Amino acid sequence: MIGARTGNRGLERLWSSLVWGLMGFFLINVGAVIATVVVSSFGTRWFNSWLPQGFTTRWYGSAWDEFQLDYLLIVTTEVTLTVVAVSILLGVPAAYALARRDFAAKRWVLLLFLLPLLVPPITYGIPLATVLYKFHLGGTMLGVILSNLVPAVPFVVLTMTPFIEQIDPRLEAAARVFGAGTLRTFIHVLVPLLAPGMLAAALLVLVRTLALFELTFLTAGPDSQTLVVALYYSVFAAGVRATQSVDAMAVVYMVTTLFWLLIALRFVDPTQLVTRVKEQRAAR
Amino acid sequence: MAARATESDTIAGRTAGFDAAPLLWIPAALVVVALFLYPFGYGLVLSLTPAKGDVLANYQRFFTDQRLWQTISTTLWIALPATLINVGVSIPIAFVMRHPAWYQRALTTLLVVPVTLGTVLVAEGLLTYLGPQGWFNRLLLDLHLVAAPVRLTHNYWGVLLSLVITGFPFAFLLILSYLTGIDPSLARAAATLGARPGAQFRHIYLPLLAPGLAITFCLAFVQAFSVFPSAVLLGAPAGPTRVISIAAYQAAFEDYDYSMASAIAMIMGGVQLIIVAAVLSARGFFYRGPAGGGKG
Repeated sequence: MIGARTGNRGLERLWSSLVWGLMGFFLINVGAVIATVVVSSFGTRWFNSWLPQGFTTRWYGSAWDEFQLDYLLIVTTEVTLTVVAVSILLGVPAAYALARRDFAAKRWVLLLFLLPLLVPPITYGIPLATVLYKFHLGGTMLGVILSNLVPAVPFVVLTMTPFIEQIDPRLEAAARVFGAGTLRTFIHVLVPLLAPGMLAAALLVLVRTLALFELTFLTAGPDSQTLVVALYYSVFAAGVRATQSVDAMAVVYMVTTLFWLLIALRFVDPTQLVTRVKEQRAAR
Repeated sequence: MAARATESDTIAGRTAGFDAAPLLWIPAALVVVALFLYPFGYGLVLSLTPAKGDVLANYQRFFTDQRLWQTISTTLWIALPATLINVGVSIPIAFVMRHPAWYQRALTTLLVVPVTLGTVLVAEGLLTYLGPQGWFNRLLLDLHLVAAPVRLTHNYWGVLLSLVITGFPFAFLLILSYLTGIDPSLARAAATLGARPGAQFRHIYLPLLAPGLAITFCLAFVQAFSVFPSAVLLGAPAGPTRVISIAAYQAAFEDYDYSMASAIAMIMGGVQLIIVAAVLSARGFFYRGPAGGGKG
């Protein structure tokens, strides 16, 4: 009896070290994938050895010129910031209505906001691109911004709704007692209370928009590409340019995204980037 | 419903006048209707109005042309194993790490990195890392595990591995958040009755986790099924990894046949819907109810 129990314990320990080992193996491989890109971008010639023959920073210069990185960064910034601003402006009031008021269509409205987050971008991206081209918006900056709004606005709505629900409605009631209208209550009472949640939602949308490939890919023209789409095209046309140059561009993309991710992680829980479904369930 | 609305209005201190607050959702909803629902409807109608042939001509062509209908099985052959691996491996790992500890936050932070960087960057990195001269093959050769470099890029395995690298953290983070939402006192009660972790998992956690698992499986599957960049960059987009999204993309941007492209996109959504419906109806066999314990 006692022997069986210690045997069980040994098995459990073995099992848990196996599980940890698996996790470690995964993380080491992810780290190595990222390290490969970084090392290659600083390498001179890398062939048949563990490390490149020498190290240089010249690939960054050539990548900067070849891919017009300055222009790409400007476009990426413009697209991302516009998407963040518009989705906050539209999403926060919608979240307020959903959190504070009961109306007949509420279930349907929630479903409407949930759908774009559940359907993968490439599935609706193709009809969306078709419509944008029909209205001559395909290939333009406006088209890229509009298509990026599709997942961004619902994301803000669904992350802000539970946040607003936990703010005490009596604070608004008090403001109204003293004669403030909807607008004044919103600006002087709600916005300061909502600021932390809005900051978190904005950062999450920012990181997700930077990395969102499919929609921008399907709707962007040559002069409205974001970093991640340009990276795709340069990997796709591998052989045209030096691998190291493409890797240097990948590092620029990686640094941009991880910079904002690090800032975002100061304000949000990492799982919030993934688990919008749970928040949705909590909202009910 | 009307009575409840008035009640919340009085709570808000409102005495008279028009309350605009319930209408605030309309602008955001209009964006989703105009840019999501309308294109979907437009795509559906467009797919039913082909350049030549009758209403269902596009769909007939899809299901008779082997190069087209085969993309469904090709995609399933990549997406289903990837989803099973990602969800299957996540369950034991999340179970071992379910108790809050310093490493939980560190781990979730590390795992969110590949999810954030996205498939394009992961594909770019894997091309070199898994390539014949990459570190992975170099290690295998130095350890004398293989005699010649293993081919892992520009074929099925490259795409599968890229889906695991971006999909596993996603599935793990979801399952971990579901698992930590289960009241640990339920398992503690079982433990006082002599249940070892294995039995606790089978009899307490697994039934309570089932709904979360079903949703995680669906989300992970839908993502894997719509694989695009890594199937092009890391796979063999002309043959073994010609997934359905590639067929749709080619129809739209290489043949300029938007009608056919919309039809393929609709079929893609349809297949996803069928699998999701199947998984969610299977969920009906499991326990349904609160997982938070008595105090909810």
